[in-house]
Amino acid sequence: MATRVTELASTFPSSAVRFITRSGKAIASGVRKTPGLTVRSVKRLPAAFSDGRRAVVASARNFSAKTVDRIIGVVGEVLMTAGVFVLLFLGWHVWYNDVVSGIAQNNAGSELSDKWDNVPLSVPEFDRHPGDSAGARLEPEPPITASPALNTRFATLIVPRFGETFERAISHGIDPKKVLNVRNSGLGHYPQSNELGEIGNFAIAGHRTTYGAPLGNIDQLRVGDRLYIETEAGWYVYRYRNLEYVWPKEVAVIKPVPQSNAAGADRLLTLTSCHPKLSSAERVIAYSVFETFVPRDRGAPAEVAAMKAAG
Amino acid sequence: MYSALWQILPGPRWAKILQAVAIVIVVLSVSVEWIFPWAAETFIQPVTTVDQ
Repeated sequence: MATRVTELASTFPSSAVRFITRSGKAIASGVRKTPGLTVRSVKRLPAAFSDGRRAVVASARNFSAKTVDRIIGVVGEVLMTAGVFVLLFLGWHVWYNDVVSGIAQNNAGSELSDKWDNVPLSVPEFDRHPGDSAGARLEPEPPITASPALNTRFATLIVPRFGETFERAISHGIDPKKVLNVRNSGLGHYPQSNELGEIGNFAIAGHRTTYGAPLGNIDQLRVGDRLYIETEAGWYVYRYRNLEYVWPKEVAVIKPVPQSNAAGADRLLTLTSCHPKLSSAERVIAYSVFETFVPRDRGAPAEVAAMKAAG
Repeated sequence: MYSALWQILPGPRWAKILQAVAIVIVVLSVSVEWIFPWAAETFIQPVTTVDQ
């Protein structure tokens, strides 16, 4: 408890009092010579002086200096607290939210496809024939799935290469706040690209890091990998073809024939994401070519069936 | 600041520790559920599409 020097004066005559710090250094002798001092932790030391003067040990400081010290201390603690919160936020953004969003997006994709799973899973015909030709014979003309209202989920993307539980919902539109950054979607269909099943380019965007990172492993795709888009009607099967790195403004990659004004002849699936990771400096583009369509009543493709059984 | 907060907490030392831990948990929960998402949406706009 701080004690004002003026209060001490009534207790100890100025001629009989010395103020010394805890370390023993005398800072004042005589109260009247040190106005404005605040004395803390007053303690008598009868044995300290042999001449009979009474002494008090005190830690005394100039009042204004102490106030400044306190302000600096509080500001320092506030800044350190802010720094800790910034670090926590970065950890949340890069790791925690990424993991939680990834799990939530997978669950959302599974829930969506569970609504459609009304037939027993089986191995369709094209899975018994390796290579593209068998698949191409199965259903060369897929149905066209019209996109729903903006920000509405209507399909799921299944990529075995991305993990046995990878099944993310695809929404119509690429609004970050309503599609790409939300936990029940994560993948968005470019509205200006073609419809699913239509000749041309069905283009999808997704984060490569943070917000579930649905396309975090886009660079791990290998030529020939199958990618599946599941809708209520069945499974659109694509085979991965190649990867390309472009500048962020290269909108030509989602044209019916990427980087060209030619009319489309193939059905393409284009995935777009950021490159490098944790940066928006470039875009990485993955192209896949339509292989076949598996109607729902014929059962899920073997890879998809295995993933669903494992999941 | 923190010493002042510590002194404000009532009870013996163990009770103060429990209260401090509870406060930290509440602050972290509020941050994770509301403050951090708001901050990310407000200050960080990662762009992943080719048309922006």
